[in-house]
Amino acid sequence: MYITCSAWRLAIALVLPLGVAQGQAETVQVIIDKLVFTPGTINAKVGDTIEWVNKDAIAHTATVKGRWEVMIPARKTVSQHLDNTEAVDFYCRFHPNMVGRLTVEK
Amino acid sequence: MFGRSLTTLAALCLVGGAPLAHAQDKPTDPQIAHIAYTAGVIDIEAAKLAVEKSQTKDVVDFANGMIRDHEAVNVQALDLVKKLNVTPEDNATSKALTEAANKKRGELASLDGAAFDKAYVENEVAYHAQVNEALENLLIPSAQNPELKDLLETGLKMFQGHQAHAEHVAAELE
Repeated sequence: MYITCSAWRLAIALVLPLGVAQGQAETVQVIIDKLVFTPGTINAKVGDTIEWVNKDAIAHTATVKGRWEVMIPARKTVSQHLDNTEAVDFYCRFHPNMVGRLTVEK
Repeated sequence: MFGRSLTTLAALCLVGGAPLAHAQDKPTDPQIAHIAYTAGVIDIEAAKLAVEKSQTKDVVDFANGMIRDHEAVNVQALDLVKKLNVTPEDNATSKALTEAANKKRGELASLDGAAFDKAYVENEVAYHAQVNEALENLLIPSAQNPELKDLLETGLKMFQGHQAHAEHVAAELE
């Protein structure tokens, strides 16, 4: 019994720091309002999540040509998990005058 | 042809010429609301024709985008005029816009295949450019109500986006 409790304490002691490290992943909100991405320059880390919040009555995309695209329907929020390091310019494919820059670091 | 008509219109309106002579030198809010709504309806009608006629995915996708965006903005416009208790007022500019659009739609309807795609997309570039000019130089500066002005400014950004999108599609068709 005593040994079991110690083992558990040890296990918890080992696992907790890992849990804290994983908990550092952040959610970065990008607001789309009146056809503008705010912030227009996003700096994030691998493991973070971007929340694309579309306040407009029309649909938008966040598109990196030839790489990826997130569809953001009118008045919806869409989450995107960042898995890779990259430094890219993105734009809305429907309204290419909407542009932004995303940098994802380790 | 259509682009030229709009340029003429914008020029006439700017100098307080014939079409808006009775409204002094600039359109009133009820007239602006009518012009903006009409401009949206015209683009929706052209897009419906493109969805019906075109076999090219990029062109059909673009046209569906025009229908989706302009219908959404026109719903906002109707909600706003209702809220402001403004009745959109038909006027010479709206009539001339509709007349020019009907003529253009007749031209487009007589074309098929690649010729249709090219003419439709080129007209979309020209049409949005001309509407943007009218929004920037006439409609937005003339609007009195701040909420109407705000909706027109958002509309301008959307139209500018559509112009850029149409230019991309036109380049893809080359």
